[in-house]
Amino acid sequence: MDDNKIKIEAKNINFYYGQMQILKNLSVNFYENQVTAFIGPSGCGKSTFIRLLNKMNELAPNSSVSGEIYLDGENILDKKTNAVKIRRKVGMVFQKPNPFSKTIFQNISYGLQLCKTPKKLIPEIVEESLKHAALWNEVKDRLHKSALELSGGQQQRLCIARCLAIKPEVILFDEPCASLDPISTSKIEELVLKLKKYYTIAIVTHNMQQAARVSDQTAFMYLGELIEFSPTKEMFVVPKEKKTQEYLSGRFG
Amino acid sequence: MFSLKEKAIKLIFACLAFSCLLFLLAIVAALFLESYPLFLKVNIFKFIFGKSWYPTFDPPEFGILPLISGTFLVSVGALFICIPLGIGSALYIHELAPEKSRKILKPLVEFLGAVPSIVFGFFALTIVAPFIAKTFNLPTGLCALTASLVLGIMAIPTITSISEDALSFVPNSFREASYALGANKFQTMFSIIVPAASSGILTSIILATGRIVGETMTVLMASGQAAVIAKSFFSPVRPMTATIASEMGEAASGSLHYHSLFAIALILFLITLAFNILAEKINQKYTKK
Ligand SMILES: Nc1ncnc2c1ncn2[C@@H]1O[C@H](COP(=O)(O)OP(=O)(O)OP(=O)(O)O)[C@@H](O)[C@H]1O
Ligand SMILES: [Mg+2]
Repeated sequence: MDDNKIKIEAKNINFYYGQMQILKNLSVNFYENQVTAFIGPSGCGKSTFIRLLNKMNELAPNSSVSGEIYLDGENILDKKTNAVKIRRKVGMVFQKPNPFSKTIFQNISYGLQLCKTPKKLIPEIVEESLKHAALWNEVKDRLHKSALELSGGQQQRLCIARCLAIKPEVILFDEPCASLDPISTSKIEELVLKLKKYYTIAIVTHNMQQAARVSDQTAFMYLGELIEFSPTKEMFVVPKEKKTQEYLSGRFG
Repeated sequence: MFSLKEKAIKLIFACLAFSCLLFLLAIVAALFLESYPLFLKVNIFKFIFGKSWYPTFDPPEFGILPLISGTFLVSVGALFICIPLGIGSALYIHELAPEKSRKILKPLVEFLGAVPSIVFGFFALTIVAPFIAKTFNLPTGLCALTASLVLGIMAIPTITSISEDALSFVPNSFREASYALGANKFQTMFSIIVPAASSGILTSIILATGRIVGETMTVLMASGQAAVIAKSFFSPVRPMTATIASEMGEAASGSLHYHSLFAIALILFLITLAFNILAEKINQKYTKK
């Protein structure tokens, strides 16, 4: 796969909470229009890592980071890089659906208002994003009802729609299905596969089958280190590292 | 035997809890019984909307509109002070302050809430009133403005601590979601956090209003004690509580004047009760969702 175009290049990332080193010299490439999955036992630093990609790490007090992450040639980790700009380019969907306690419509229009989208265009973009997130048919008659009345799976798709509305280039999913039932989960997976045509996607998951189904590349992390990073097809068939093999076969984790 | 003991214990605690209700009923009964004789002689509308309060004249006049307007004026003024300051400090302490300032500010605000009202009264008399008199060139600094200022300061801790609680109930995931969409701190604060905490903030304002309306000692000392309808914030006023406190001593027990003071207390009680019920209603409405 030589024609893989690198969208994000993370080089030699070290991350600390206080004195405790959480990420150890990580280097990963994210290819354009591909899904990169992060797997690994709980606490190995998957969330910590992907939160670097949209500068969410800056919200955590008492943490420090070294290394470089280039997004289209711009170093995200550079203190001078504008966080707002990066977050508009790199959207994020969280583990627990977290719609605002506003209406469905407002949940999406909020991000649009932040980037000063002309008012006229907002309804159109809201509809478009909801369609992209495969939620439109379920909510089109109650756009102005509270988003908290939606089911968990619908809420998560609303969060995806909210993220799509501001037209990011990269989307980070941190265990997006962790709190969802199997049907909602498969809907989200379908969505991820559909979205990768337009976006570069990173997804953290504890579900090996999910990683196998949706991702092109897989990164296996263990205790803050990147043990193996290879195309998903190869990793799940012939893992290069012994640790990976053990983890995939369920011997620890 | 086991369940008998359990039942007994439960009963004891039920009695303790319901004693509150008993006290409340007793208070209401006392207020009603003592104010009832007045309403036999004075029409309730004349009482509430009457413009002159001359309880010791002959014939006496029992119109409490000047007192109600005094309470109203002082309370509105106080709210103008405590709402922005109270909510502002809650937002600063909870959302913006670095750990260090938070650790100093929080107990400070709580301490302000623990200052006895008589101390605020002295503060009004010795510092605020002379200052106001000098600044606005008034014959006396004891006026609605002074009372408002001091009451407003007194009510800040109520607003701050309840609003702060409300802010702390806003899930962190809202903040994260907002930041991830490219919002900055202030956009997140005003568009997401404050609306999500609005019921608690509203409750804090209502409870503070109740406290302001019912506060006695400070207004007694600071408001200037003139039972006439005030023309401006610079006029001396006489809120309801101050009237009761200052006249109770001179009103002969059982006289109409005496009963009229109970009637004022009854109305004051109903007002604060209304505020508390309102606060409760708001809380219920929002916590259900
Ligand atoms: N705010 C924090 N302060 C200190 N340590 C933290 C903080 N957040 C996370 N950690 C630690 O960092 C390590 C990595 O956490 P992280 O959330 O990235 O793991 P994860 O791989 O996403 O785990 P999971 O699969 O359970 O979500 C953990 O050991 C965790 O205890
Ligand atoms: Mg995680």
